Amino acid sequence: MVDVTPGSVEAIPPAEVPEVELYHPHSWWTTYVFSQDAKVIAIQYSCTAIAIGMVALVLSWLMRLQLGFPGTFDFITPEAYYQFITMHGMIMVIYLLTALFLGGFGNYLIPLMVGARDMVFPYVNMLSYWIYLLAVLVLVASFFAPGGPTGAGWTLYPPQAIMQGTPGGQQAGIILMLVSLILFIIGFTMGGLNYVVTVLQGRTRGMTLMRMPLTVWGIFTATVMALLAFPALFVACVMMLFDRLLGTSFFMPAIVEMGEQLQHAGGSPILFQHLFWFFGHPEVYIVALPAFGIVSDLISTHARKNIFGYRMMVWAIVGIGALSFIVWAHHMYVSGMHPYFGFFFATTTLIIAIPTAIKVYNWVLTLWRGDIHLTIPMLFALAFIVTFVNGGLTGLFLGNVVVDVPLSDTMFVVAHFHMVMGVAPILVIFGAIYHWYPKITGRMLNEALGQFHFWATFLGAYLIFFPMHYLGLMGVPRRYNELGDMGLISDSAHHLNAFISVMAFIVGFAQLVFLFNLIWSIRHGREAGGNPWRATSLEWQTPETPPAHGNFGKELPIVYRWAYDYNVPGASQDFLPQNDPGDYAGAKGH
Amino acid sequence: MTETTMTNTSPPARPEGLQGIAADWASDQRAFKNVSWGKAMMWIFLLSDTFIFGCFLLSYMTARMSTRVPWPNPSEVFALHMFGRDIPLILIAIMTFVLISSSGTMALAVNYGYRRDRRKTVILMLLTAALGATFVGMQAFEWTKLISEGVRPWGNPWGAAQFGSTFFMITGFHGTHVTIGVIFLVIVARKVWRGDYDTGARGFFTSRRGNYESVEVMGLYWHFVDLVWVFIFAFFYLW
Repeated sequence: MVDVTPGSVEAIPPAEVPEVELYHPHSWWTTYVFSQDAKVIAIQYSCTAIAIGMVALVLSWLMRLQLGFPGTFDFITPEAYYQFITMHGMIMVIYLLTALFLGGFGNYLIPLMVGARDMVFPYVNMLSYWIYLLAVLVLVASFFAPGGPTGAGWTLYPPQAIMQGTPGGQQAGIILMLVSLILFIIGFTMGGLNYVVTVLQGRTRGMTLMRMPLTVWGIFTATVMALLAFPALFVACVMMLFDRLLGTSFFMPAIVEMGEQLQHAGGSPILFQHLFWFFGHPEVYIVALPAFGIVSDLISTHARKNIFGYRMMVWAIVGIGALSFIVWAHHMYVSGMHPYFGFFFATTTLIIAIPTAIKVYNWVLTLWRGDIHLTIPMLFALAFIVTFVNGGLTGLFLGNVVVDVPLSDTMFVVAHFHMVMGVAPILVIFGAIYHWYPKITGRMLNEALGQFHFWATFLGAYLIFFPMHYLGLMGVPRRYNELGDMGLISDSAHHLNAFISVMAFIVGFAQLVFLFNLIWSIRHGREAGGNPWRATSLEWQTPETPPAHGNFGKELPIVYRWAYDYNVPGASQDFLPQNDPGDYAGAKGH
Repeated sequence: MTETTMTNTSPPARPEGLQGIAADWASDQRAFKNVSWGKAMMWIFLLSDTFIFGCFLLSYMTARMSTRVPWPNPSEVFALHMFGRDIPLILIAIMTFVLISSSGTMALAVNYGYRRDRRKTVILMLLTAALGATFVGMQAFEWTKLISEGVRPWGNPWGAAQFGSTFFMITGFHGTHVTIGVIFLVIVARKVWRGDYDTGARGFFTSRRGNYESVEVMGLYWHFVDLVWVFIFAFFYLW
């Protein structure tokens, strides 16, 4: 018997919290629009995030058009290119990935997986979505503002972000961007408080912390991190807004603009970088940790085997979360820092490789001699491991000061972060959608379209981003709208750029197939039943599919075991749901 | 599925020491056994808010330490001319006293709330709100005085421009917190007065039944705002 979960309760204690009364909707509006049901809010979050994500996808196409075929498209001016690059980055990182993982999957899965009827404060949860939507609308509004959206790069570094030469710097663009971010943070905080309190205080009987599926651990830890990291961005946004609107000099040094001395004096641009990256680095893991958690569950379910080293997986998640708060200045090696700081931040950065490697080994060991079903979610999960290892290894390059300095601001960096926090988490999102879509709609997604989508996305993404490493090593700088006739860059770079652009279009169109699949399968997909993957966690044990308001019918489930009882020797079936009380050899410790 | 399916009903021996702490923390249903949802949410919000104020204050310290222009002397800038001479920090001293006192009245209100003494609870909450409003009023007076002396977010007559910008930003952000607190104190006081927490009337927005713990949760926020002021006071006025 393997004692995987110490401190587990053997006798189920009585309920500590009386049943909460849910708000019961009275009309179509309160059922589907101003809904307080976390599942509806999750779908609202997801649809909004995917919609704005499509905008970012189109922006990346426009960028690739320019990079692959410079000078061919007149409407992509250098200014427009910077605007595309800025909005693409900002939308993808914050409005798509953060919102989809925490607002979308968090809202849908947390209450179902921990056995709660809903989030603890559904009304606040509803407000969270509407403020997020407002933030998205303000962001979209900047496309239509005079001067267009900001072109400062997604890091919005001052002083250039609020100066004349930058698109939107002296017009509305940067203001709308900052206001939108502030709104997003307010909205996220409302939701985030709900997720954290639901996980800590709202679990069902028998659901100990060490019996929670890793998905919940990932989302929970990411949310705690977000609640502590977003304040730094909030403060940075407020201060830059004042610099831009009131003429303060928080980030603005004495500076000459277009031959004129500006009124600003004495501010510190480096201060902004510290604030931004104190948010920005945890943000990487805010996106990655939910992906880690979800992928663990996908692998365990589809390999019909318990997750290897559950306890270490949990501690790795928590450890990565804590470490990620003391590595931020590795984004600033070229900004000018005391060399000892570089030493410190390089060390902490490389230490993160340890818990991350533990996770990767555990995924691989979970697969080891498992009963692997190559379903679409499993394919995406496997693709994630490969991609993440790839992106993680280039992270070791960039974490070292001496290697980072020559590679800074080259396409190598672009390749690295797209692999590790672009492609890898998005592969998990796809896998998760294929995995949970049957629970959300009651129907399976189309398998053939899914196969096409997977192979096009996985291979295509590699063909896009793998060559970028080579471009970066060659010295091709990032954020240049065209390379021109730089002597140091060989012809192969230009050919490669054209190739990458073509691949970007193919991968982009594959996503349209996926969207079609999402919509088509709602009506025409195969009936899924309640538990098509024969999974153990609580969301698959609901009486109705899709789960009704309140999730679990009359009585909340009681949890007797962890979420990974697959192929238990002596059990009657190859999986034992968490709320299955049946006794078997080895059940007690779990 | 009911409890009767369980065969083993005697609770197992709890582990001792650190393992016991870990087992309690990780036990089912709730990590913090005696903490309600609302209180947990307020604590976590305050933790997040601490990071906001922390970032503001650290930015202020960075600006103050890195500027090459002299920083205005707080003892002179924040002095009031009273009784024929300049008394340094007198207004701030009074403001701080008022705000700290309001924490005392708030704590009493929480106590009377749990004793179901509605009348005293309401009086003390309104007194807290009045002290908070007085604080904001005095802050408005302080701002007016500084503005009339030429302090602006983008500059001031005495030295580093960051003095005005950080001062207005940080005290303004704190003042906003106090103002929001005053508004919610009045709202909660009204609910106590109407007896909503005795009858279990449903909240207007949330449709949840409230109870006297709302007074305590309100108090947590209020004490936090006071505590933040202590740090602002120390770092801005005493430095």
